[in-house]
Amino acid sequence: MKSALASETWRRLRANPAAFTALVVLAALLGMALIGPWISPYRAEALDWSQVAANPGAGHWFGTDRLGRDLFVRTLEGARVSMTVGLIAGSVSFSVGLCYGAVAGYIGGRTDEVMMRLVEILGGLPLIFFVIFLTVVFGRNELVLFVSIGAVGWLTMARIVRGQTLSIRRQEFIEAAVASGAGTARIIFRHVVPNVLGLVIVYATLTVPQIMLFESFLSFLGLGIQEPRASLGTLIAEGVGEMEAAPWMLLAPGVFLTLLLMSLNVFGDGLRDALDPKEHR
Amino acid sequence: MARYFLRRLAAAIPTLFVIITLTFFLIRLAPGGPFDEERSVPPEIMANLRAAYGLDQPILGQYARYLAALAHGDFGPSFRYKDFTVTELIAQGFPVTLTLGTIALTLALALGIPIGTFAALRHDSGWDTAAMSLAIVGVAIPSFVVLPFLGLLFGVHLHWLPVAGWEPASIRHLVLPVTALTLPPLAYVARLTRASMLEVLASAFVRTAIAKGLPLSTVIVRHALRPALVPVAGYLAPAVASIMTGSLVVESIAGLPGVGRYLVQGALNRDYTLVLGMVILYSALLIGMGLLVDLLYAWLDPRVRFER
Repeated sequence: MKSALASETWRRLRANPAAFTALVVLAALLGMALIGPWISPYRAEALDWSQVAANPGAGHWFGTDRLGRDLFVRTLEGARVSMTVGLIAGSVSFSVGLCYGAVAGYIGGRTDEVMMRLVEILGGLPLIFFVIFLTVVFGRNELVLFVSIGAVGWLTMARIVRGQTLSIRRQEFIEAAVASGAGTARIIFRHVVPNVLGLVIVYATLTVPQIMLFESFLSFLGLGIQEPRASLGTLIAEGVGEMEAAPWMLLAPGVFLTLLLMSLNVFGDGLRDALDPKEHR
Repeated sequence: MARYFLRRLAAAIPTLFVIITLTFFLIRLAPGGPFDEERSVPPEIMANLRAAYGLDQPILGQYARYLAALAHGDFGPSFRYKDFTVTELIAQGFPVTLTLGTIALTLALALGIPIGTFAALRHDSGWDTAAMSLAIVGVAIPSFVVLPFLGLLFGVHLHWLPVAGWEPASIRHLVLPVTALTLPPLAYVARLTRASMLEVLASAFVRTAIAKGLPLSTVIVRHALRPALVPVAGYLAPAVASIMTGSLVVESIAGLPGVGRYLVQGALNRDYTLVLGMVILYSALLIGMGLLVDLLYAWLDPRVRFER
C-alpha cells in the first residue's frame, strides 16, 4: 500500500510541470554543489593576489573576490554549508515538532491545552530576537546556530502533527492497541507517529527552505557562519559591499540562493498538492 | 467587547514582563561587557565607569532598578552612544522605521488582496498562474537579496534611483527599500486571499447571491470578500514580524537611519539598555497587532463572539 501511494504521488508530481521543473533544477543545484568544488582547480580558501576581484571568465568562472578567492568554488562551498544547515536544523525541528505534537494530540485534555498554549505563546514572541541573543550569548559557533534555528522551526510542525494525531486518535487500530495493553509511549511512537508521517514529511520539505532563508539571514547579519568558512548569506553580505565595482560577487551567491529557495518552495508546494489535493488549491 | 479588550490588554502585561525578564538575564549571560573596547582605560576608571552605570551592583538589584525606571517610562542611558538615552535614540530612528513599515504593510494589503481575488476569479487561467508564480518569487526570495538586485538594476545600471542613502521627505530614496520590504508579505497576502476566496466562491451563499441576479462585483465586494479576509487578518501579526525582521537588513543595506541597526549592534556591543528598549518596542508592537487582529476577526466574522 505504501508503494502504491508513492507511485501515485510520483505520477501526480510528474503531471505538474512547475513542480517537476523545480525538481530538476534542485537536482542540478545539488549536483553542482556536490561535484563542483571537486572538478574546479581552485580551493575555496586559496588567496591569489594577482587575481583580485577578477571578472568572470575562462579562468575563474564566477570571477574572484577582494582576496582573489575563486567565487565558483566559494559559492558552491557556501551552498553546501547552507544545505547542510537546512538539513540538520530541519531534522531537529522535524523531530522535536513530531514528538511534541504527537504527545499533545494523543494525551489530550489538560496536557494538550498547556502544551499547545506554550506553542502559541512562543509563536507570538519575536523569536528572531532570541536567536540573535543565543548566538551572541553562547558564541557564534555552528552548533548554536543549528539548535537556535531548529528551536524556531518546530512550532508549526508541532501544530500540524497535533491536528493529524487528533484525527487518528479515535480510530480502531489505536483502540485495538490500547485494548491489547500497549503503553502510552509505545502507542504514540509505534502507532501514531508512523501514521502521521506521510503528510508531515511534506510540510518538512517546506520547512527546509524557510530554515535556509533564516540561516542566510543570520549569516548576512554576521551572526551565522564565520570566516574563513562561508555560507550563501555571508557571501551575499560581502557581495553587497562590492556591488558597484564587482557585481558578480553579489550575483553568483544571490542567484544561487534564489534558485535554491524557489525550487525548494515550488517542489514542496507540488508535493503537498500531489499528496493532499484538498489542503491547498 | 470593551471588557474583552481590557482583559486582553491586561494579559499582555505579563507577556511583556516575561519577555523583558528573559532578555535582561540572557543578555547579561553573554561574556564581555559594554566597555570592552575601551581597553586603554586604567582599572580604577573602568571601575568608576561601571559604578556610574550601576553595573557594580548585584544583578537582581540592577534588575529591580531597571523595572522601576521602566515603570516611569525611562529606558535608561545607552551604554555605547554616550550622551544619548535609549528613548532619544529610538525617538530619532523610529519614525523612519515606522514610515517604511507602514507603507510596506499598506501596499502589501492594498495590492495583495486584489491580486489574490483576481487570481481566484480567473482560477486556472494564465492570469492565475502568472500571479501565483510571482507570489512564489516573493515568498522565496529574501529581502536582503531582492534589495541589492534592485539596486544593481535600477541604481547602478539604469541610474534611475539612488542605491542607498536617505534624505528627509525624499520619496526616491524610499522606493527600493519599500519594494524589497513589501514583496514577501505581498506574496503571502495574495496567496492567502486566493486560497480562501476560492473556498468562499464555492460556498452556497455566494451561489445564492449570483443566482438571484446580483452583479459579480457586488457579490464579491458585499458578500465574498469579508469571510475571505479572515485568514488574511490572521496573517497580520506575522506580517508585521516579517517586516520588522526585514527592516533589520533593509535599513542597513539602504543606509537608512532607522532603529533596525540598534538591535543587532546593541546585542553585539552589549549595550544592555538599548537592546532591552528595542525588544520592548518590537514586542509591544507585535502584541498590539495581535489585539488589533482579534478586533478585526469580530468585524469580519459576526459569528466570533468575545466570551468569558
